[in-house]
Formats: sequence, structure tokens, C-alpha cells
Amino acid sequence: MTAAALRSARRSVPGVFVALALTLVVGWLVVAIDGGQLFNQSTTVSLLHVAAGLGLVAVGQTLVVLGGSLDLSVAYVVSLSTLVAAETMNGRDGALLPGIGLALAVSAAIGLFNGLLVTRLRINAFIATLGVGLLLKGYLDNGYDGPAGSTSPALVQTLGYQRVGPVPVSFLLLIAVTGACWFVLSRTRFGHHLVAVGGDPQVARLSGVRNDRVLVTAHVICALCAGLAGIYLASRLGSGAPRVGTEGLYDLESIAAVVIGGTALAGGRGGVIGTVGGVLLLASIDAIFNQLEVDAFFKQVIRGAVIIVAVAVYARRTLRKAAW
Amino acid sequence: MVDRRPASLLALRGISKSFLGTRVLDGVDLDVAPGEVHAVVGENGAGKSTLMKVVSGGYAPDEGSVEFAGRRCVFAGPRDAQRAGIGIIHQEFNLLPERTVAENVFLGHEPLRRGLVDRRQMRARTERLLASVGERALPVDTPVGRLGVAQQQVVEIVKALALDARLLIMDEPTAALADHEVELLYRLVRRLQDQGIGLLYVSHRLTEVFDLSSRITVVKDGRRVDTLRTADTAAEELVRLMVGREMSTLYPDRAGAGDGAVRLAVRGGGNRKLRDVDLQLRAGEVLGVGGLQGSGRSALARALFGAVPFTTGEVTLDGVPVRLRSPRSATRAGIAYVTEDRKGEGIVARQSVLDNALLAVRAVAANRSGRPAGTARAAGVARGGRAARVRELLAAVDVRAAGEDQEIRFLSGGNQQKVVLARWLAVDPVVLLFDEPTRGIDVGARSAIHHLVRRLARDGAAVLMISSDLPELIGMSDRMIVMRDGRVAGELPAGATEPDVLALAVGTGRETPA
Repeated sequence: MTAAALRSARRSVPGVFVALALTLVVGWLVVAIDGGQLFNQSTTVSLLHVAAGLGLVAVGQTLVVLGGSLDLSVAYVVSLSTLVAAETMNGRDGALLPGIGLALAVSAAIGLFNGLLVTRLRINAFIATLGVGLLLKGYLDNGYDGPAGSTSPALVQTLGYQRVGPVPVSFLLLIAVTGACWFVLSRTRFGHHLVAVGGDPQVARLSGVRNDRVLVTAHVICALCAGLAGIYLASRLGSGAPRVGTEGLYDLESIAAVVIGGTALAGGRGGVIGTVGGVLLLASIDAIFNQLEVDAFFKQVIRGAVIIVAVAVYARRTLRKAAW
Repeated sequence: MVDRRPASLLALRGISKSFLGTRVLDGVDLDVAPGEVHAVVGENGAGKSTLMKVVSGGYAPDEGSVEFAGRRCVFAGPRDAQRAGIGIIHQEFNLLPERTVAENVFLGHEPLRRGLVDRRQMRARTERLLASVGERALPVDTPVGRLGVAQQQVVEIVKALALDARLLIMDEPTAALADHEVELLYRLVRRLQDQGIGLLYVSHRLTEVFDLSSRITVVKDGRRVDTLRTADTAAEELVRLMVGREMSTLYPDRAGAGDGAVRLAVRGGGNRKLRDVDLQLRAGEVLGVGGLQGSGRSALARALFGAVPFTTGEVTLDGVPVRLRSPRSATRAGIAYVTEDRKGEGIVARQSVLDNALLAVRAVAANRSGRPAGTARAAGVARGGRAARVRELLAAVDVRAAGEDQEIRFLSGGNQQKVVLARWLAVDPVVLLFDEPTRGIDVGARSAIHHLVRRLARDGAAVLMISSDLPELIGMSDRMIVMRDGRVAGELPAGATEPDVLALAVGTGRETPA
């Protein structure tokens, strides 16, 4: 029983946490030699804030990737969600819940649309979600030149800036969402079926799984997570921001975090806990280079290298398994 | 209890099915009693798989009735048939390698407790099902991908049982199994019989059909030719019914083969899977390679083809040392390899017959025949010549396709294999390596492939042929070597018997299969 649990833990929590620990140790040393301190209050807090935003998007992304799909529209969903939330609230605490509700509803509708394009019209997920993303971009570019609306002050004070010790409330939200997704994946039929659909759609279908329904649900959850990230960003910025999603590179970074976290891009293997590890790894690298005041372009180079190395390591592992 | 069981579990009456005006099934009757193994045999294209799809809900019959457990059934789809108690085990496994045994067994109908998947119950029920077929040792928490092929098949069967299947359709269940694993399957089939489960057993391997079934239905051109009691039937009669002609000389003559010069020689060859392999292959002979799956048979062929090269030892071709470090270098040296995994490694499914046949010659041939690169125009002429040559070869091996532009995936296994063969003949090989050349190929096409192999040897090629099918191995080979644990366990002359081969393969003095 315990052995089995251990085995399954090792299966779902990949080497990304080892890489994370190594990065933090090395980073701490390098920063210390440089005369700084990696883990002071402000750097830790900002690291966790960065992780919370990307993490919410990436956890949702994990579900669609596990199902063998992909969502490239998340960055625009994030932007749209900040605007819907901030404009609905318009600075009033009384409109807090309608604002959140409406932002999530709009996100869910986009997810539903994505899912239907992918399943009913059989459009490749890459193209379908890219197209939806461009539609949203057109709307955002046309309607907004800059920040709009105003987030309810209560939300700004709580989700935006409140902390428990060094841990922001938003990071606790990420932990809660991750836990919920983990639970859904391991304990519900939907979760089991989603992994099956990603692993082999044919096998899933012949086993009585309703593939389309499962994939659509995954797309809705993914968009909801992106919407939630938008609400969080609105609480940080105090207003809606039409380009925050694309400037944060939430589409590609979320997929990178998923892959670094050990989820197979083709689907069928992986999990949300690894993704959080991937998010923390990317955020830590950010924090370390910020401390060292490294050039921003060089930072991008390093992130690119990390992603390539991670994927190469996983590819080698699969290769060894499949060697003939 | 026993007398209240219906006489037949499954009764098909007058099943007909047409596709685009072509009658694929024509008035087929079939009965399966509880606890009976009923074999269905026939050549590829005879209508077996269509019939199985009618039973398992994949197709609705145009005419006729399906009666299951005393009730007339019209299945809307595979799910419907599953729920009624009909399970089908396909040739290719329907399992998820990344998921555990229990997760696979209950995929699509996971047990719930308070709306959540009840893992404990799932594991316990999987264990119980495994125990019911005598597999207590199989760990239910292991990802299926880590299991051997035979164990995966057990999982597949248990998956069907988890749906309370009372009729199991097995489509070529032993195609992927090694000889000793087939024994396990036999045991499993008998246990299923004891539980009163009826089995429809589709197989090309007549040995199994005779070992397991109580009745055999022969299908040919969509019609039921006859249903025979296995006990009263001789193998020759069955083959005659299947192909509609006597197959007196099942294997082609070996005419004075084996006196040629040594073409290919290996001394002390070894790699991760092979040790101390010494081997001589002569022009004009068919050297059979026997052994259990995993004994190093395929590893030997792959080493000779440079796919997983030898790391030690020496290989000479016509007395000249060669280094076979990649399939490309082996092909250039004149070695061709027909893989056992036709779907995965043999064909490019969505390319045309012609493109498939041109694959090797396009990749390497120009250099091998010593033509200088030459001008662009010369290259164009060579290209045109190539296609003409390949067309001749396709005709010579008698590929039956709608045309050379037809995608190869629509061809039967036998015709696909012929295209693969034509591809290699186009590079004028001097050594041909065949790995299970007739796996999953029907009786008629098998014989055609056998004759092609023999003709190549007669024309001076040195042929190495791996086969798990002992009658085939013995019938085709001029000489045999048997592999065991990555070594050559021994060599046998043409007259050797099945027990001789098995004794070497298993490594005991004498061991005959049950």
C-alpha cells in the first residue's frame, strides 16, 4: 500500500522539483556571493506573486494538454477577464461578486467555444485556439488603448496584496486550485477519462468514454483558470489591462511550465503538481536574475535553454523505455 | 442450473452485409454454446472480421438476426454490445501504457463511491478478476506499459470480463505472443470455458484452432463453407476448405540449395542483446533462425542490418570486412531487412504503393550501383528508370492493388508485405533478412511469400529467415540456427523436427509443447 502510494507519487511528481531545489541552492549561493540575499521578504513575495499568475493559467493548461489538446487563447482570455472584472466592478465593492462571476462566465464561454471547435468541427487544437485568440485580440485592440475600469478595492486589498506571513493570498488560491485539479484528475471519472483520451483516443472511445464531452469540459476548466488569473491580475493592477496577458506571455509560458513539469505534450501522462514545480522553476530563475540584475534579453536566453533541456531530459527518458 | 442454460449463447442466422454493393457476408449462420470455443477460420478478406464486427456491434447486418442469451439483439454500437455481455479482444491491444492495470480494466466504468472513483474497490475487483483467471501474481498498480505482451493480453481479457462478458471474441490473440506465452493463453482460455464463457476464436494458426476449439466454422468469400467438429477434422481438410484447393506441397522445393560460397560471416558478434554470435550465411540458402521471443532472433537481424549494430566482433561480406553501423550502411553493402513489425516499421501507411516501393532505392540505391552522380539530366533518367524497375518488381512479386497510387494501408497484409519485399529487391540485395515474413498473413498469400523467398535464394541471394511458426521454419529452411539468451544455442540440419528446435530454444534436453 505505502509502496504503491510511493510509486504513484514518484510517477506524478517528476524530477522538476529536484531541478527546482538545485536552482534555488545554486541561485542562493550565487546571489550570496554577489552580496545579495535571495530569500528576503520582498523577493520571496514577488516570486510567489509571479508564480500565482502564471500558475493559475498553467494548471488549467495542464488539463487540456493531458487530454491531448492545447489552448493558445489563454493569454487573451486573461486580458479580457481583467477588463470584464474591472469594468463590471467599476471601483464598487458591491459589484465584487457580479464582476468575478461575469469574468468567469465569459471565460467559460470561450473555453466552451474552443472545446466545440476542437471536438465537433475536428479543427486541430493549435489552429482552433490560435484563431479564437486572434479573434479576442481583434476585439481587445479595437476596443481598448490602455487600462480600463477599476477593480473593487476590497479585492485589491485581499487577493491583490494580502499575505499570510510571506505567502500571498493569491498563491494560496493557486495551491487550492492545484489541489482541486489534482483531486479531479485522480478521483473523478472525468479525470480518469481525460488522461485516457489524451493517452489514446481510440482506446478511450472503445472503452465507452465520451471523448468529446471530456475534452470540452477540459477546455472550459482551462479557460476558467485563465479567467481566474485575469481576476487576480486585475486585483494587482487595480484596473483592467487589455495587453497584460500577451505581455506576460501567458500562452507560451504556461505550455512551457506544463512541459517542464513533466506532462507529455502529446497527452496521457503528467499532472498538475509537476506543473506547479515548472512554474516555480521559471519564477525562481526570474527572481535570481532580477537579483543579479542580469540583462533581460539574456534572461530570455536562459529560460529558453531551461525549456529545451527539460524537454530533452524527458525525451531521453521515454527513449530509454522504448529502446529496441 | 446446467440444463436451464440456453443451448446456444449466440445464434447468428442468415447474416448478410454489403458495402457499396459488394456482398461481404452472405447468409452466415453461426452458433456458440456457453463454455464452447468456436473457431472461425478463413483467408484474409473472407469476411471474418466483418462477421466479428456484426457480433460486437460495430456493424449492423443488412439481413439476418443476432440472438444472444436467448434474446434477439440489435446493437447500436460497440458500447451496446459490451453492455449486453459481448467483449472483443482485438489484435492490437486497447490499453493505455501509462495507466495502471486497475485503471485500464475499469476505464469507462470506474466504480464510484459518493460520486468519486473508488480506487480501493477498483483494485480489489481487479485482483478478484485476475484471480478468477488464475493470475494472482499480476500487480494491479503497475503501469500496463511495463508488463510483457502476454500479461498485457491478460489485462485485456480481464478488462472484458470486468463488463461481465459472457461471450468473448478473440481476434488473432496469439499474433503478438511468443511460443511459451501461447501456453499461458491456452490455460486462460480453458479457465474462461470453465466459467461458462463462450469464445469466438479467430486465428490463422491452425495448431491453436485444433488445440482449443470444439467446433470450427470455415468462411470463404463471405459464405459459411462448413462448420466442423474439431475432433473429426484433419488439418489438410481444413486448409482445403479455406483455400478451396488442396495444398499438397505446402512449402516450395529446396532444389540443391546450400552449396554456394559464404556470403556473410559473423565472428564473435555481440552487443547489448547478443553474445558471441558466430554465423555463416551462404549464397543460395535459406538459413532459418528459431528461438523464443526475446532470445535474440530479432536482435540478430537488427544487428546485421545495422539498426542496433554489433559492438564487438567482425562481419565479413564475400570475405571483405564490413562495418554495419546503420541501416544505411547495411543497405549500401547489399543487405535488406523485412521487419516483423510491418505496420510500425515496414510501411508508410498513408503513402502510395509506388512510393512505398521506391523508399529504399530513393534513399540509397544510386550510390550503390556505382553510378557517378552525373548531370541533372542523367539523374532524371535514372529516376525514371528506377520507377520503371520498381513497377516491374511490383508485378513480379504479384502485388494486387487498385493501382500503384493507392495508399498502402488499404492493401491486405500479404500485399503490403509484397510491396515491402519489392522495395528491397529494388536495391539488388545480396543478403535478405526476413523477420516473421508471414505474420498475420493469410494462407494463400503466405504460400506466395514462401515461394518468393525460395526463388530469391535460388537466384543466388543469401536468405536469413526468422519465424516463430515452427512448421514454417522447418518447411522453409535449408539449415537452422536456434537462438537462446542472445547466443546461438545450436545448429540443425534440414530434416530437424519441432521438438529438436524447441529443445534448443528452451535449453532443456527434450521438451515438447502440450
